[in-house]
Amino acid sequence: MPQKLTIVDYGMGNLNSVKRVLDRMRVDSIISSRPTDIANSGKIILPGVGHFGKAMHNLQELNLLDVLHEAVRVANKPILGICLGMQLMAKRSEEGNVEGLGWIDAEVIRFRVADKLKYKIPHMGWNQVSIKKNSPLMENISGLSEFYFVHSYRLKVNDESDILNETEYEETFPSAIERGNIFGVQYHPEKSHDAGIQLLKNFIKL
Amino acid sequence: MFRPRIIPVLLLKSLALVKSVRFEKHRYIGDPINAVRIFNDLKADELVFLDVEASQKNRLISLDFVRDVGEEANMPFAVGGGIKTTEDIKAILNAGAEKVVISTYAAQNPDFIKEASDFFGSSTIVVCIDVKNKLLKGRRTWILSGSKSTAFNPVEFAQLMEKNGAGELIIQSIERDGAMEGYDIELVKSVSTAVGVPVVALGGAGSKEDLMEAYRIGHANALAAGSLFIYQSRNRGVLINYPNKGELNFD
Repeated sequence: MPQKLTIVDYGMGNLNSVKRVLDRMRVDSIISSRPTDIANSGKIILPGVGHFGKAMHNLQELNLLDVLHEAVRVANKPILGICLGMQLMAKRSEEGNVEGLGWIDAEVIRFRVADKLKYKIPHMGWNQVSIKKNSPLMENISGLSEFYFVHSYRLKVNDESDILNETEYEETFPSAIERGNIFGVQYHPEKSHDAGIQLLKNFIKL
Repeated sequence: MFRPRIIPVLLLKSLALVKSVRFEKHRYIGDPINAVRIFNDLKADELVFLDVEASQKNRLISLDFVRDVGEEANMPFAVGGGIKTTEDIKAILNAGAEKVVISTYAAQNPDFIKEASDFFGSSTIVVCIDVKNKLLKGRRTWILSGSKSTAFNPVEFAQLMEKNGAGELIIQSIERDGAMEGYDIELVKSVSTAVGVPVVALGGAGSKEDLMEAYRIGHANALAAGSLFIYQSRNRGVLINYPNKGELNFD
């Protein structure tokens, strides 16, 4: 029996839209906050919207930190972080000034834009992503495809080889990361029309 | 490149898609879920659904309806209508919406926006500010589908909502609603230059030029309309439509 995909539920935002897209693709997935489900799953999606500090707190309260580390760092299961879920993979965040999961050598910082009239915060809407390296996650996605973003904080990645996509919002920032089995996207593929559905298909095929 | 969003705003009355003029004379347009399917095909950036009766009837927008939209929509969507508690918001998000739109209750109880944004994050909380002139008072924020005025002038109210944590503001001219003769650009600009969060212009768009003007002169970060995307032209024959990428140049 193929191992299920688990969408991690840690009380941070809307998980159903990810689930709905997977259902439409006929991918067997569950939404769960149980450590055993994560341990037994073949792939993991870590979505999330909201406050970084609260998210780390919730992961700890639900006893999910160890099982996530085990699945991702030891068992090398593919994981896709979406939005806040991607940011959590960094070492620390200015939002709440707390430590993250530490899988990627990166920090989460607030946008620092100069033209505050044109570049409002949150960065909300459709923006292009440029593809910085070859990746199975980007298969059949054309360069400069548009994806849907909603965020006030962004990644600052220290090891450039981890950067999968970049996007411009006055400043250029990493909009997707990849390191081995670890994938993260700042944008919402589940809400990004065809390009987003393609990206999720690519993740499923890994 | 980042570009402003183009957002169809769809009004609901008894679960039917309707369109108003100056918040009155609601005309039946069709089946809202069918409209979602068409906007999927047209690759719309985002959708907003507002139940125009909910606050006046003191009830929440139908959660079954939100779920039906969620089943279909390939794009983000926001939902408003009668929201008064964090439980309401949780139920709407669980039903599949990305964001909630709060209007009447934001003016009745501004602290609720603080509570909601603390709980769900700012980017989930949109406040819609309905604006109309009040005799001898100038522009005021109106509530309950434009039936009751408040003491808030729209700029001060926008700033209060930003301070309380709203992640986005829709600024809607009641007087321009359904007219298809252009946004109240001055109103849009007065708000967009006064706050740091994204501002969505709504009320009056009748052409692509109107959309461009709200962006270039009004500094709106997103351009919303009802009639423009529901009617073929100012003759108001029903035809769901949406501009092609490339038809609008925001450079």
